[in-house]
Parts: sequence; structure tokens; C-alpha cells
Amino acid sequence: MNEPPVERFTPSAPRWQRIGVPIASVLIGSLVTIVPVIAVNPVLPPFGLMVLLGWRLLRPEVFPIWAAAPFGLFDDCVSGQPMGSAMLLWTVSFFAIELFDTRLVWRDFWQDWLIAALAIAFCLIGGRLIASPIAAHVDTMLLVQILLSVLLFPLVARLIAWLDRKRGRA
Amino acid sequence: MAPPKNRRPGFSRRAQYGLFFGYVVAAVLAVAAVVLLALSTLNPPAFAALRSGVAELTAPVSAGVSNVANGIASIPGAIGDYFGVKHENARLRKQLAAQHELLMRARLLSYDNHRLKHLLELRDRSTPAVVAARLISSSAGSTRRMALLNAGFRQQVAPGMPVSGPHGVIGRVLETGPDTARVLLVTDPESAVPVRRTRDGVPAIANGRGDALIEIHPVSLVDKPFKVGDVLLSSGTGGLYPPDIPVARVVRLDRDGALAMPFEQPDTLDYAIVQRAFFPAPPLPAPTPAP
Repeated sequence: MNEPPVERFTPSAPRWQRIGVPIASVLIGSLVTIVPVIAVNPVLPPFGLMVLLGWRLLRPEVFPIWAAAPFGLFDDCVSGQPMGSAMLLWTVSFFAIELFDTRLVWRDFWQDWLIAALAIAFCLIGGRLIASPIAAHVDTMLLVQILLSVLLFPLVARLIAWLDRKRGRA
Repeated sequence: MAPPKNRRPGFSRRAQYGLFFGYVVAAVLAVAAVVLLALSTLNPPAFAALRSGVAELTAPVSAGVSNVANGIASIPGAIGDYFGVKHENARLRKQLAAQHELLMRARLLSYDNHRLKHLLELRDRSTPAVVAARLISSSAGSTRRMALLNAGFRQQVAPGMPVSGPHGVIGRVLETGPDTARVLLVTDPESAVPVRRTRDGVPAIANGRGDALIEIHPVSLVDKPFKVGDVLLSSGTGGLYPPDIPVARVVRLDRDGALAMPFEQPDTLDYAIVQRAFFPAPPLPAPTPAP
């Protein structure tokens, strides 16, 4: 790992910026659904969840484990899912990641990607089971959505790494 | 990547308690989420106020971006129109002349129709439009199919009102905020529209599937099966959607019905008209006073 040299005498960034940038990025990720496109098929990746997972896997100290619940509640407000579904599913995935953290201690990005893929698939399939009747013909599109989200995750992870550098050091 | 140090509290009591407290809070919030979920499944409009509040804040952003995008997208068309206008003019004149006769006949038919209906004293209800507004965003990441309308109860929009566009039915209003309303599209898995076939008036129910198509189930067992290309209009049964609005055209046959493509493609529409419920439900009976 070749880390960039740390300038020793730069003043540390203000606390609101250190905390505010991650929070704002997750909320903006959830708000991607307000782009003015009326979608016929549900293929938009869950950007709020992806950004949250990106922060959790890159910098575990940024969010406490309970932070998934309020973020999920906000996502439910804008996503059209029934209230509480993302709140529950995101919190459960955070518990699972916590377990992975104790078992799989030394990790590469490949493992992180796999964990994120599992979490995304779990949340999307869970959301589909909660929101739509079993007979609905949305499963093909759901698979496309999962695949698209998993493939986009490295991009989101890079974006978060960039934000992490920009938010200043402690 | 090296494991982060901060999740291992070590011997610090304070850090241990902090971590444990985090788990307790997360578990409590997860239980709260289950309760919320049960409430919103049993009583879907329970959190309408909260969602509408958020939608109220996001609607101006969606509407603004939509206006700018439409403006930019219309530039190439405007340039093309400028150069093509002469040719277009000639073509339109020709078309107008050709259609003049048709128009005359249609006028006569319309007059006849009006006169005959008057003779029959047919009691027909007209459903005045409540408001015309723009659809600004949708539930693109969810398996539910809903859209956000840029008008709410301040514009007299109420839950249950049918929403239609220039080509046909779009859906109905689920919940309203001050200036926004959530619209259940006809392609949503929980939407059902009573329809009838234009050829012979066979009644059917149009259920959404969650993808772009609609399932058509005939109400009664008929030996006149659907054909590809059959046009379905709303029938007015149930009193929600006004009759004779185009809903969908059959594109494929199914085991016990047909699959149809709605006329109103929600990714291309922008303006929608909200109407009053065609025949509103009778008011609930007054509660009997307790003895």
C-alpha cells in the first residue's frame, strides 16, 4: 500500500466536514430517484445503499452500526417502497457485515466487492418480496438491476475514496 | 487491507460499552423497522404525510431539472423545424384538403349522436378535469410502479382520482401532499382497471404486472378469445375511471387472457390530467349512536 505522504502540519479538517460529507453523500445517493424520468422498469441501482456500503467497507469508523436504520428510513421516504423495508434490510446487512468483520479480518477489495454484492442482492430481493406480490413479473428486471448495481459498485467505491480524501484528515 | 483498529475496543471499558450500546440501538431500530413495516403493510396510507413532506421538498428540484432538460432537448428539433417548415407547410395544406371531407362527415355524425342521445334522454355524467400537471419523477429503483405528480390537495387533487394523459389512462392518485401527489401507474402489480374490448364490449380486468405490460383477464368465460391488436377502453365499472378512455392494446396472447401494452408510455409522457372519480363512492353510513 503506497499511501500519499501525510502533511504533518496541516490543520485538521473541521468535525462537521468530516462527518457531514459521508452523511450528505448517502442522502444524495438516495435522492437519485428524484431525477425527472418516469421509469417503466425498475432498473435504477439503489445508490443510497451502495454509497452507504462503500463508506462502511472503506472506513468502518465513520458510521456506527445503528446508522443504517435512519438512512434506510430516509430512503423509504423517497423510493416508493413500503415504510420500514429499507430500514430493516439495511440494518440486517450491517449486522452481517459486522460478522464478516470479525471472521474475515484481512481483506482485499475483491472480498469487499463480494460482501457489497451480497448485501445489495439481499436488500433488493428482500425489498421486492416485501413490496410486490409474488405473482408480479418483475424478477427479470430485478436480476438486471442487481447485476447493474454490483457492476457499478467499484465506481461508487472509487468515488467514496475520493470523497474520503477530500473531506480532510482528522 | 489491514483491519481497522477502532472496532476492537481492547481493555477500555468505555469503548466496550460504546460498542455494545451501538449494537443495542441497532437491534432496537431493526425491531422498530419491523413494526413500521407491519403498520405500512396493514394500512398503506399510514405514512402518507411523511412521504408527501419529503416529496414536497424534492418536487421543485425534479420540476426544475425536467424543464431545463426539456429546453435543451428541444434545441435540435427547433433548428430542424426552422429549415423544414416550408416543406412541412405544403404537406400540411395537402393533408388539410384531404381531411376536409372527413371532418364534415365527423361533424355530422357528432351532431347526430348528440341529437339521438338527447332523444333517448341518456343520463350521462361528465367528469370535469381537476387540474393538469406534470409527472416529475418515479420509483425507478423499486419494484412498485409509482410516479410523482406536481399537484396536490391545494389544487383539489384527492386520493382515488383517476389520472390520464393525451393517449390514455395513466393511473390513479394514491396519496396527496400540499403540492405533490403519488400516482399508482396502471403497470403496478397492485393496480386493476375494469376495461372492455372495443370490438364487442367484452368486459375484462387489466392488472399491472410490474414490467411495462398489463395482464388482461376476461371477467366472464367467453369463447371469443382475444386477438393481437385488440384495443381496450376503460369501462367505467366500479365508478373510478370514466368510461371510454383508451387503456391498452393487446400484444401477446396468454393462457387465460392476454398481455397488453398501455397506450400511455410513462417514460415519454409529461403532462397528465387529474379528473374527479367518475361515480364517487356513497358516503359512509353515519355511526349508530350507542344506547
